[in-house]
Amino acid sequence: MLGFLQQPVMVTAEVNLNMVALTAVGLLSRLWQLAYPRAVVFDEVYYGQYISFYMKRIFFLDGSGPPFGHMLLALGGYLGGFDGNFLWNRIGAEYSSNVPVWSLRLLPALSGALSVPMAYEIVWELGFSHCAATGAALLLLIENALITQSRLMLLESVLIFFNLLAVLSYLKFCNSQKHRPFSPRWWFWLVLTGVACSCAVGIKYVGVFTYLLVLGVAAVHAWHVIGDQTLSNVRVLCHLLARAAALVVLPVLVYLLFFYIHLLLLCRSGPHDQIMSSAFQASLEGGLARVTQGQPLEVAFGSQVTLKNVFGQPVPCWLHSHQSTYPMIYENGRGSSHQQQVTCYPFKDVNNWWIVKDPGRHQLVVNNPPRPVRHGDVVQLVHGMTTRLLNTHDVAAPLSPHAQEVSCYIDYNISMPPQNLWRLDIVNRESDTDVWKTILSEVRFVHVNTSAILKLSGVPLPDWGFRQLEVVGEKLFRGYHESTVWNVEEHRYGRSQEQKERELELHSPTQVDISRNLSFMARFSELQWRMLTVRSDDSEHKYSSTPLDWVMLDTNIAYWLHPRTSAQIHLLGNVVIWASASLATLVYALLFIWYLLRRRRRVCDLPEDRWLRWVLAGALCAGGWAVNYLPFFLMEKTLFLYHYLPALTFQILLLPVVLEHISDHLCRSQLQRSLFTALVVAWFTSACHVSNMLRPLTYGDRSLSPSELKALRWKDSWDILIRKY
Amino acid sequence: MCGTTVCRVLSHVLLDNSLGDGLADTILVCFMEMRKEVQRGWDETHFGKMGSYYINRTFFFDVHPPLGKMLIGLAGYLSGYDGTFLFQKPGDNYEHHSYMGMRGFCAFLGSMLIPLAYLTVLELSRSLSAALLTAALLTFDTGCLTLSQYILLDPILMFFIMAAMLSMVKYNSCANRPFSAPWWFWLSLTGVNLAGALGVKFVGLFIILQVGWNTLSDLWHLFGDLSLSMVTLGKHLTARILCLIVLPLALYIATYAVHFMVLNKSGPGDGFFSSAFQARLSGNNLHNASIPEHLAYGSVITVKNLRMAIGYLHSHRHFYPEGVGARQQQVTTYLHKDYNNLWIIKKHNSNSDPLDPSLPVEFVRHGDIIRLEHKETSRNLHSHYHEAPLTRKHYQVTGYGINGSGDSNDFWRIEVINRKFGNRIKVLRSRIRLIHLITGCVLGSSGKVLPKWGWEQMEVTCTPYLKETLSSIWNVEDHINPKLPNISLEVLQPSFPEIMLESHMVMIRGNNGLKPKDNEFTSKPWHWPINFQGLRFSGANDTDFRVYLLGNPVVWWLNLLSIALYVLSASVFAVAVQRGAHLPVEVEGLSQVLLRGGGQLLFGWMMHYFPFFLMGRVLYFHHYFPAMLFSSMLTGLLWDTLLRLCAWSLASYPLARCVHVLGILSLLLGTAYSFYLFHPLAYGMVGPLAQDPRSPMAGLRWLESWDF
Repeated sequence: MLGFLQQPVMVTAEVNLNMVALTAVGLLSRLWQLAYPRAVVFDEVYYGQYISFYMKRIFFLDGSGPPFGHMLLALGGYLGGFDGNFLWNRIGAEYSSNVPVWSLRLLPALSGALSVPMAYEIVWELGFSHCAATGAALLLLIENALITQSRLMLLESVLIFFNLLAVLSYLKFCNSQKHRPFSPRWWFWLVLTGVACSCAVGIKYVGVFTYLLVLGVAAVHAWHVIGDQTLSNVRVLCHLLARAAALVVLPVLVYLLFFYIHLLLLCRSGPHDQIMSSAFQASLEGGLARVTQGQPLEVAFGSQVTLKNVFGQPVPCWLHSHQSTYPMIYENGRGSSHQQQVTCYPFKDVNNWWIVKDPGRHQLVVNNPPRPVRHGDVVQLVHGMTTRLLNTHDVAAPLSPHAQEVSCYIDYNISMPPQNLWRLDIVNRESDTDVWKTILSEVRFVHVNTSAILKLSGVPLPDWGFRQLEVVGEKLFRGYHESTVWNVEEHRYGRSQEQKERELELHSPTQVDISRNLSFMARFSELQWRMLTVRSDDSEHKYSSTPLDWVMLDTNIAYWLHPRTSAQIHLLGNVVIWASASLATLVYALLFIWYLLRRRRRVCDLPEDRWLRWVLAGALCAGGWAVNYLPFFLMEKTLFLYHYLPALTFQILLLPVVLEHISDHLCRSQLQRSLFTALVVAWFTSACHVSNMLRPLTYGDRSLSPSELKALRWKDSWDILIRKY
Repeated sequence: MCGTTVCRVLSHVLLDNSLGDGLADTILVCFMEMRKEVQRGWDETHFGKMGSYYINRTFFFDVHPPLGKMLIGLAGYLSGYDGTFLFQKPGDNYEHHSYMGMRGFCAFLGSMLIPLAYLTVLELSRSLSAALLTAALLTFDTGCLTLSQYILLDPILMFFIMAAMLSMVKYNSCANRPFSAPWWFWLSLTGVNLAGALGVKFVGLFIILQVGWNTLSDLWHLFGDLSLSMVTLGKHLTARILCLIVLPLALYIATYAVHFMVLNKSGPGDGFFSSAFQARLSGNNLHNASIPEHLAYGSVITVKNLRMAIGYLHSHRHFYPEGVGARQQQVTTYLHKDYNNLWIIKKHNSNSDPLDPSLPVEFVRHGDIIRLEHKETSRNLHSHYHEAPLTRKHYQVTGYGINGSGDSNDFWRIEVINRKFGNRIKVLRSRIRLIHLITGCVLGSSGKVLPKWGWEQMEVTCTPYLKETLSSIWNVEDHINPKLPNISLEVLQPSFPEIMLESHMVMIRGNNGLKPKDNEFTSKPWHWPINFQGLRFSGANDTDFRVYLLGNPVVWWLNLLSIALYVLSASVFAVAVQRGAHLPVEVEGLSQVLLRGGGQLLFGWMMHYFPFFLMGRVLYFHHYFPAMLFSSMLTGLLWDTLLRLCAWSLASYPLARCVHVLGILSLLLGTAYSFYLFHPLAYGMVGPLAQDPRSPMAGLRWLESWDF
């Protein structure tokens, strides 16, 4: 019982000094003079604006990636006490004193520094020697492009960190699988794999490729577990369930958690509100929420409403009409009805108000009690300011001649009768007797006479239509498309009998009261969908490049130039490492195919355990390179050199693996081995030398003379900035 | 006992007659109402017209390879169609024109799909009932039927895909008799069909990948067989390279050779191709023309952009409107030939007339500083630091100056790509860039269409990004200089490999250019397997005769269910085998059919479906049909196997065998009945639209998105 007293309490600690030393030099190389330059460098201008939004808790939408990366950067700002007040508009602008540059850049720099010891651990866990492991770590340490990228407020180094963490923890998990499955250690590494994967995806969508790679390797291993007939069926099932939970369910939950925190933080309305649906906007503080609070929920006959198009492409807009009529004859000679224009207008305006009228009655006010409009009811829409009725007829629309013109009816007494009855079709109804609700209901207006559907064609009208967007009656297509769907955004019950009073009423703001809440899942799915579909228009950049330029480092990016001297920072890799890493990948592939073919003919060059080690190293390192590189050939967005860095990291890990393999298995004699070692040492020295030569461009701390800069321009395609004096 | 015997007899009678019947049926079904409909539907305007082009031998451009259209043209030619029908807009009547040959040809290939699928499944499963079920699914699918009724590329494409699949499966089964006559026959037939599939549409690539994968795994299997010597393995490898790479490639190139030989007259496709290419076409003004070879000062030239469908550098007497850069003369690109495309090359520093006969001829060289004067308006090509009308990051290009005198913003340096300084510039062959001297930007066209004020011609800009993209590279096409000797363009004609390469580049770019526009209703790949939405072939209003391309929902939803069921059952078997379970002999056989045969079909479905998710171009519902063929074959094979398994597990009960026969029969009758319900979609319907409750089709509108 008191057994512990009979034994002394022992603490044994093993410290791998290699690791400690590597971590220390990693930190030194990444953190040295971190706050220099005290100016906006390259894409900091892009991430910075989002950090400011976080600090001010204003909602924004960024299509470039999920929010976790932005949140991590913002955490740096929060820890440094940043108040978000800085105008992020120009690369090279000096930071004002309220911007905590050091703490903003700290997290990427730490991730970059910790990647160095992690490279060591990965190669060691793959079963290679400490020498190879140290080599891998040193190569990552002196790789200039990685240093540059991690010293700035950018996300690639954080992505690389989580990529490596996912691979490392999977390897640790794998190795503990052999000894003690279901031990705490086993669980820890398994869960960490899942979390690291979802962090990588949460930083950039490209993280998903590493996740898929890890999943693939895990699936192969799980298949071996299934085939292991020493395990009972129940145990196999436990193994599979544990993996599914940790590698599939958990990452999804963590990913959702990022969005939950994101939406929790960003609770105020901001400049990107317009892109979101009315319901989403209403869930943010300020903005639409202030306007729509207290609106009556159910639309009734006599309600005054504004109708927003749900699709909102090319811009979000509201159904609109005004005094002007369609021109008698268009430029191309076609005729129009010459009736009042109906358009879609992207700004709030008193002319966006419409009154829902019962065709059988004349009055434009809401009864007491209000009579709600239901799915399938026939309504007329009266334009509030002109009291004309929304109408469509068999006249070709101005710019989409296959569809019908939509107008507000003017009686010219020319035997063209009004056709102003519309059947209400609630798209997201739960039953056929659903009531039309403000904001929540998505409705279509089906024309009773011609069964055309009110649709936003999205084409801007010419000058006569004030460049507002065309609205048409779509005859041909009757399927579902968001451009035919509208929702009520602002709403009030009309009270005024007289037109003059009504105009005053339309000008007055809507009243204020309760707020409406969307569920988290609804907000998440809408936000995620908009992030994936939002388009950035600019596809050209001075430093953009193609994937083919990356392998041999045929391109660079000038990040920053000192305003007076010619000190400058470039994203420029260590050519020796890039070239030899690519060569190593090629050698690996050739050797792998050679061994594979010979094994198929029952010639085993490698012992079984060596072969498995060789395959696993290739699957993770060469595979990691391939999955992080090849998909870029299919992408249509603007690409930059820094997109290659995750792939490069995996490629660098492969280098020492291949070198050790050559030395162990292909060098036949001791002499050859010594020669090879000497070669490797010479090669590594040259890599160090190159790294040192490029150091001024990596840290930007020293101003070089034009001739020195010219001497550094080793490739014609490199763009190094030389000042003309 | 008695009951089972009756069932077996019944099934045998049914199955033995099936092949002949199935074939006859489908051909009948396809041709039945074709004669009635003399209006042209949908894409017929497109491919029918191309058939006419072949008959008239006029050159045209299309994003698909030529074989399919050539076959259509041939069928038309053989059946006496004279190529005079205009194919202007959908819904025109054919009147007296003989269109039956072309339609009949497509319908015949479309109906051949059913026997091909029948034989493939028979070979994979060795079960008549599975094959019969597949044949029935395809016969009674309204979508396949509609697609085979018209002059389209899809029936031809699907025919080659299925034929390649069948011959691949056949040569797989000959594996135990390598190098025998049937082995060679099926292997080379696979190659021929692959060439056919790729020659009709580029999506034929998917079946090539499938066959390639099959061949690799086959070779891998052989390679592991230590009883085979390296020499035998070498023979195997060579045979496959010959039949599956060399033969298809030769045939594919041959179709292009025929294509270029037949189309030797100038036509609507000229503008898409480079100047050198156009020189081949009789009727084109570059054909047999003789012009001076090297550019000299004083030459009158037209300048053509190298990117496809951009056209010639152009200017006209209209200014940029107020608010769009400087109010100077517009410079655009224009696809048609016109006097306003003519420019004069002048020296930057002297305005003397270089055509003065007393002066010696001075050639323009790489790196020279020149001015380009617009011949009709005598204004110089000019650029300056104003933003371009549409591409805001580029500079505006204008016509500036009076009678050829302007300012230093009119100076351009002319450079030939991949050339050192000092060389002369060749007409047609030299690829040149024009670099603005003062701003350092490059003349290019953004390819964006200007609004009304620019006559919907394309924007020309000066781009500060010095990347070598085709849109900033030009060549000189027409060249007039009375002081220089004309040489015949024959020497400039490109060689056949160059023509091949160019036409492929143009086709690929054309395909990439087919992007969906904003607010356009486009079909998404996930719509397809659930039969979410059809495609109107002809007619839109309730008075029209309407044909609507929509799969038979019973067949399609059964296919969808079967894919899920297949994945489930195959993984159960795979896990059982991996766990070392010992299966009884019958089940072992069935699981082999399911895993091997079904696996090939599932792989085929995936290969023909998933790549569409990655494509950026406009997609249509009919792109799914090749995948649908594979999925129907999988359905046939799966249900037959599952029913056999059921019958086996119930073997202890009397009448157990009937489970199989009854199951197959009910599936057959179910699909046949659904075809009876939905056949108006394919054979055409008149009357109110289906959303109208009075319509006879109203009860069949099972999804709201179906708009027939």
